[in-house]
Amino acid sequence: MLRQLKHALFPVALVLFAAFGPFVLEPFDLVNLSAFSAMAIAALGLAFVWGTLGILNLGHSVFFGLGAYAYAIAVSNLGDSTLAVLIGTLLPVAFSLILGYFLFFSRLGDVYLGVITLCVTLIFYSFMTSTADPSFHIGPVPLGGFNGITAVPSLNMPGDPQAFLSTEATFSICLLALAGAYILLSFLRSSDAGRIMTAIRESELRSELLGYDIRFYKLVGFAVSAAIAGLGGALYTAVMGFVSPNVFDLPQASQFVLWVIAGGLGTFVGPVAASFGFQLLSSQLGANQIFNTELIFGATIILFVLLAPQGLLPMILKLSKPRFQNRSGILRRKEKPA
Amino acid sequence: MDQFVILCFAVVNSIALLALISLGLAIIFGMMRVINFAHGEFVMLGGYATVIANHAGVNLWLSMLVVAPMVVGMIGAVVELLIIRRLYGHLVTTMLATWGLSLFLIGAVTAVFGNTTMGVSAPLGNIPVGAYSIGAYQLLLIAITALLVVCSLLALHWTKYGLIARAAMQNSEMATTLGIDCDRVYAATFIIGAAISGLAGALLAPISGVLPHMGAAYVARAFVTVISGGGALITGFLSAATILGPVEALLSYFATPVVGQASLLLLAVIILRLFPTGVSSLWTGGR
Repeated sequence: MLRQLKHALFPVALVLFAAFGPFVLEPFDLVNLSAFSAMAIAALGLAFVWGTLGILNLGHSVFFGLGAYAYAIAVSNLGDSTLAVLIGTLLPVAFSLILGYFLFFSRLGDVYLGVITLCVTLIFYSFMTSTADPSFHIGPVPLGGFNGITAVPSLNMPGDPQAFLSTEATFSICLLALAGAYILLSFLRSSDAGRIMTAIRESELRSELLGYDIRFYKLVGFAVSAAIAGLGGALYTAVMGFVSPNVFDLPQASQFVLWVIAGGLGTFVGPVAASFGFQLLSSQLGANQIFNTELIFGATIILFVLLAPQGLLPMILKLSKPRFQNRSGILRRKEKPA
Repeated sequence: MDQFVILCFAVVNSIALLALISLGLAIIFGMMRVINFAHGEFVMLGGYATVIANHAGVNLWLSMLVVAPMVVGMIGAVVELLIIRRLYGHLVTTMLATWGLSLFLIGAVTAVFGNTTMGVSAPLGNIPVGAYSIGAYQLLLIAITALLVVCSLLALHWTKYGLIARAAMQNSEMATTLGIDCDRVYAATFIIGAAISGLAGALLAPISGVLPHMGAAYVARAFVTVISGGGALITGFLSAATILGPVEALLSYFATPVVGQASLLLLAVIILRLFPTGVSSLWTGGR
C-alpha cells in the first residue's frame, strides 16, 4: 500500500502543478514549461522502450518528428486540433510497426538496432531539408524544406476550430498529458505484459525458451513508445507553432538518449526530471557561442557513461540505501566482444 | 555512349566513396565489434587538419596524405586512452560514449573555428569525355581507395601483425593464452582506424569543403555499409559497398541524391532482414 502511494506521488505532483501553475507563473514560463513537458513525454517513451524492454533506440526522435510533422500538416488541413493530435500519435505507430517488423523479426543485436534507428532519423532529416520546393506539399501545406512548417495553429476546443485554448489551458493539458503518459507506462510496466517485457530485457533466450514470442512483445513495446513520442511531438508543435527538420537531427536524437542515461535507465521519474533540468540548462546557455549545447551535451554524455553509468536517480537512491546491490543502468549487461 | 561512360564512372565513384568513408569504421568494427559513433567527426578532423596545414603553407599532398592521418591518429590514441580503454567489453556503453564524443568534437570544432565552411581548391583538372568531363582528382580518389583496401587486405593476411590481429579478433581468450596482449591489439586497431578515417576526411576536403557538421553527411552511409557488410573485416564492407553503391549512384542520377540515400538505407534494412549478421555471413558461416 505504502509502495503504491509512493508511486502515485509523482503524477499527483504533476496534476497539482497543472492545476495551480497557471496562477503562479508568467505566460512566458508557461509556454516554456509546456514545451518542456511535451519533450519529457517523448523522453518517457524512450525510457520505457529502452529501460523496460531493453531496445536501444537511438533514433527515438524519428517518432517525435513524425508526430510533430503529422500534427502540423493535419491541423492545417482539418482545422481541428483534436483529430490532429490523434493523427500525430497514430502515424508514428504505423511507421514503428513497419520499421519494427524489419528490426525485430530479423533479430538484430543491440548495436545494429541502434545504428539502423539512428540512420533512419538522419535520412528523414536530409529528406525534410530537401523539400524546399513548393511542389512538396500536402493539401495547402508546403513542407518548407529547411524552414519547416510555420504558423501552425495551436490547440483548440474539441470540435470548435475557432476557439483556441489559452496559454494556461495548453500548459495544463501538456502537464496532464505527461502525467497520463507516466501513469499509462507505469501500469503497462507492472502488468503481465510488462513483466514479460522486463524478462525479455534480462534474457531474451530464457524468455523465448519459456514460450514467449519476444519479437511480438518487442514490436508492441516499440509501437507504444512511438505513440508516446508522437503525442509529445504533436503537443510540442502545437505549443511552439512551428516544426522544422531539426526535430530529426542528431542533437535532437541525442537529447532523448542523454536524458534517459542521466535520469537513470529503468526509471520513469529520472528521465522526466533530467529532461526538465537539461532543457532549463540549454535554454540558459542559449546564445552562448563558446559553450554551445553540443559541446556541453557531448561532454555530459561521456561523463555520465564513465562516472555515473546508472544515472543520477539510482545513484542517489544507492547513496541513501547502501545495500542497493543490483547492477543497474547502462552497465547492466556485461557483454563480451563476439 | 558518353552518358554511359559518365554513368559507369558515377557508379564506380559511388562504390569508392562508400569504401573510403567506411574503411576506418570497418576496421574498428571488425576487430572490436564496436561501432565508433565519432567516426564522422574523425573524418571531419582529418579535413580540418588538411585545410589548416595547407593554409599554413604545407604542400597540399603532404598535408592530405601525411599530416591528416597523423593528427587524427594521435587524437584517436588520446580517445582510446581516456574513454575506449575503460569500457572494453561493454559494447553498447562504448557506443554511447563515442556518441557523446561525436557531439563533443562537433561542439569543440564549432567553438574554435566557427560554424563556417573552409576549403582547399581541388587539385588536377578535368578530363573531357565527349560532351561531359570527369574530375581527374576523383579518378585519383578511386585509385587511392583501391590501394588502401588492397593494402589493408594484404596487411591483414600476409603480415605478422595481421595474423595477431585476426587471432585477437577470432578468439581473444585463446589469443591471450598464447601470449598476445589483446588490449594492445585493440588500442592499435583503434588508432589505425582513426588515422584512416582522418585520411578519408583529408581526401574529401577538396571536394566537399570542411565544416563542423560535415561528418553527419557521411556517417549514416558509412554505418549502413559496415553494418550490412557484417563480420568479415574487409570483404564484408567491400561487398556491401559494391551492392549499395550502384543503387545510390543510379537513383541519385535518375531521381535526386536524397532518394539515392534513402533507397540505400532501405536496401540495407532489407539486406539485414535477409542476413541479420550482414552479407558476409554467406561465406563466414554466420560468425
